[in-house]
Amino acid sequence: MSNEYALAVEDLTVSFDGFKAVDGLNLYVDKNELRVIIGPNGAGKTTVLDLICGKTRATSGTIRFKGVELTKYPEYKIVQAGVGRKFQTPSIYENLTVLENLEISFPRGRSVFGSLTFVRSQDVTDRILEIAETIFLSEHLEEQAGLLSHGQKQWLEIGMLLIQDPELLMLDEPVAGMSVSEREKTAELLNKISQGRSVIVIEHDMEFVKRIAHKVTVLHQGKVLAEGNMDAVQNNPKVIEVYLGH
Amino acid sequence: MNTFYSKWLGGKKGVIELAVLAAFIFIVLPLWLDIFRLNMVGKYLTYAFAAVGLVMVWGYGGILSLGQGVFFGIGGYCMAMFLKLEASDPVSTARQTTPGIPDFMDWNQVTSLPLFWEPFHSLIFTLIAVIVVPGVIAYVIGAAMFKRRVSGVYFSIITQAIAAILTILVVGQQGMTGGINGITDLKTLHGWNINSNSAKYILYYVNGALLLGVIVLCKYVLSSKFGRLLLAMRDKEDRVRFSGYDVANFKIFTFSLGAAISAIGGAMFTLQVGFMSPSLIGIVPSIEMVIFAAIGGRMSLVGAVYGTWLVNYGKTAFSESFPSLWLFLMGALFIGVVMLFPNGLAGLYNSYLKERLEKLVLKFKQSGLFKKLNPVKTELQNEQ
Repeated sequence: MSNEYALAVEDLTVSFDGFKAVDGLNLYVDKNELRVIIGPNGAGKTTVLDLICGKTRATSGTIRFKGVELTKYPEYKIVQAGVGRKFQTPSIYENLTVLENLEISFPRGRSVFGSLTFVRSQDVTDRILEIAETIFLSEHLEEQAGLLSHGQKQWLEIGMLLIQDPELLMLDEPVAGMSVSEREKTAELLNKISQGRSVIVIEHDMEFVKRIAHKVTVLHQGKVLAEGNMDAVQNNPKVIEVYLGH
Repeated sequence: MNTFYSKWLGGKKGVIELAVLAAFIFIVLPLWLDIFRLNMVGKYLTYAFAAVGLVMVWGYGGILSLGQGVFFGIGGYCMAMFLKLEASDPVSTARQTTPGIPDFMDWNQVTSLPLFWEPFHSLIFTLIAVIVVPGVIAYVIGAAMFKRRVSGVYFSIITQAIAAILTILVVGQQGMTGGINGITDLKTLHGWNINSNSAKYILYYVNGALLLGVIVLCKYVLSSKFGRLLLAMRDKEDRVRFSGYDVANFKIFTFSLGAAISAIGGAMFTLQVGFMSPSLIGIVPSIEMVIFAAIGGRMSLVGAVYGTWLVNYGKTAFSESFPSLWLFLMGALFIGVVMLFPNGLAGLYNSYLKERLEKLVLKFKQSGLFKKLNPVKTELQNEQ
């Protein structure tokens, strides 16, 4: 049953000192689907991503990715299984160049000795150039990543995930702090990269959500409040009451 | 060849750095100092191994180890055990109750050689053990700490505790380790008298060559993807972890590498100074090693060597005249460096001297003297 889905989260619960940040959550994401998770502050959106990528450990419940149980895997194995996660604040290596940032993220030479003998061969360079093109940073490859604009840093982190070609990509507020034109480009980017993989996005900007979402999940107090396409969710009275009405 | 030049030596800049250091160690110091002083410098340069190890572990790995003396000491003790066994042949220890065992064992009523001493009859085993034993111990400590994500101050405190524990252990097990006096009266290495002047010269040069070799090895590690990962981990550890790397393994490797490097220094210390004692593995020497690295510049492999030499030179010069004040001065030096020049000597060089030196070189190249010396090359330069 759950094998049909790329990601099947069932009865997921995590409690911090008795407070249930995520409470019996069920979430199913299809292949090639772009799912947006919305909800008020403290609804547990980021915690769900933390649980899937292994940053936080679940108290109970299961997370099955392509039929593989992830809850007991260490973080790096979850990544190697094909789950990529972008953090809320751009999390890049400020002291390295854009090119080095992408190179480090390239999925080869991930062991200690692999990294000691890693060579930047032609296929690595080609892939880096391809990704740089996708994330609009071809002109900035030799620049130090710390000097990029906020929006460019967000793109770079997305690129660092794309280069690993994950089958599930999770993005936590990818357009936070971006200008209008940068949002436009990011929406384009997300539509492009959601082909051939599943994407989960957390976002507050409803205009942006409308542009990208295939399906929307509304979280409230660690539980799913509503789920469906954008129109249905927007007209759901419960959603209006706890979230959109404010 | 090209990769050797750019990756192992660090390109033109790296080659110049290494050449200057090699000239300093191999030419300037031996010409300047008599054998007594040179042997002392040789001793300082063994500490430089520990400082170079700390540049890797602390400077690049971001892990402050306050127990580097442990690994220096283990390397030194391995070497000392071999030399002691060689010095304790049955003929020269015939007067003991049990001939053929080290003298301090005999004094402590030990009647047979402890089992863990046995393999140290073999020089090859000893040479391997010098590197492998500290490497494995560091691996175990590192695995226990880093897999549990112990880091920062907690890690430093634990390494310091380990230094204290090992000192107590060595002092307490007098019959097996030589106790507080350490292992002394070392004479020959495979029949070669290590206390002669010629041996001291040879050992000094071997030590210098090993030190340069270790620096080149570290340069390679830092120039590889591993080196960039270390920088990335210091910056955003979580991002590295969530890019599919087992971060702990990288820290464990760095810590073990630093340990093995320090241990080579320890073994060379034993050979050049002729003894090994717990006073070199405890908390104070471990912290001194951190000071050497800090003063040299904790991100500079070459700087660590100059830092070690300078501090020890100062220590000798100063403590010959004001022995009791030295510790205060060193404390002040450490605080001063950390507060005023956080990048140590290397940082001072980069921000003040480098530009002036480059100007001087440029001026020299444009001057008449250079043109006279290099007529063809200058013409070519002008054409360009």
